[in-house]
Amino acid sequence: MSDFESRGRSNRDKDKDDKDKKGGARRTFFRRRRVCKFCVDKIDYISYKDVRLLASFIPERGKIQPRRISGVCAKHQRALQSAIKRARQIALVPYVVD
Amino acid sequence: MSNVRQYELIYIVPPETTDEALAELQTQVEAITQRFGATIEKTENWGRRKLAYEIGKHRDGVYVLHVINGPAELVTELDRRLRVFDLVVRHLVVRVDEELAIAERARTRRKSNMASRRVRRGLPPEPTEQERNRRREEDDDMDGPEMGFRGGDR
Repeated sequence: MSDFESRGRSNRDKDKDDKDKKGGARRTFFRRRRVCKFCVDKIDYISYKDVRLLASFIPERGKIQPRRISGVCAKHQRALQSAIKRARQIALVPYVVD
Repeated sequence: MSNVRQYELIYIVPPETTDEALAELQTQVEAITQRFGATIEKTENWGRRKLAYEIGKHRDGVYVLHVINGPAELVTELDRRLRVFDLVVRHLVVRVDEELAIAERARTRRKSNMASRRVRRGLPPEPTEQERNRRREEDDDMDGPEMGFRGGDR
């Protein structure tokens, strides 16, 4: 009986520890603003010539940044995607960086 | 000339290209566009830029941009001819009129929406200079780190 009780307590303690850890991790985690840059800045046309703009959506490796990271809305991600692909064709942005 | 569309033609020539050779190439492009009854609306020379990746042996290139109003047949011809020119390292033709029209429509719609909202709130349809400045100050927070491949702002 006492054995069972002690085990229960230890489990509860562990749960609490986990929760604390998670909370801490969440607090220290850098929270990106989850808003679409193009909606906020009212950019209607994403040009493939605007390398500065496109570069902010191309991480180190040269891949197109996913929406879940950048927070871009679906509509603008589609436009951004085609703009980046065009810019790649004309060597304004890289296909891969290695 | 029934179907005039707007295209952007962009091509890269090697940086060691002489001005005469480049001018010669541009007159050739002009000749082709004229043959199809098209007009060159704008020509931009971006000058020497570093290529994002090597094309053949080239690391740098001179970018030239033409905005052309013309029929679709022009594009196939331009594409074919530009592929033949040894001088042209890389070229790209993009149709832009539709996308620009969509952007223009979105802009006017947003403007009219904003005006009607402001009128409903009993404000003048256009934001005053003062309001615009205040909004800019409020929107001064960080937009996250600037990332991107190195040298994106070249």
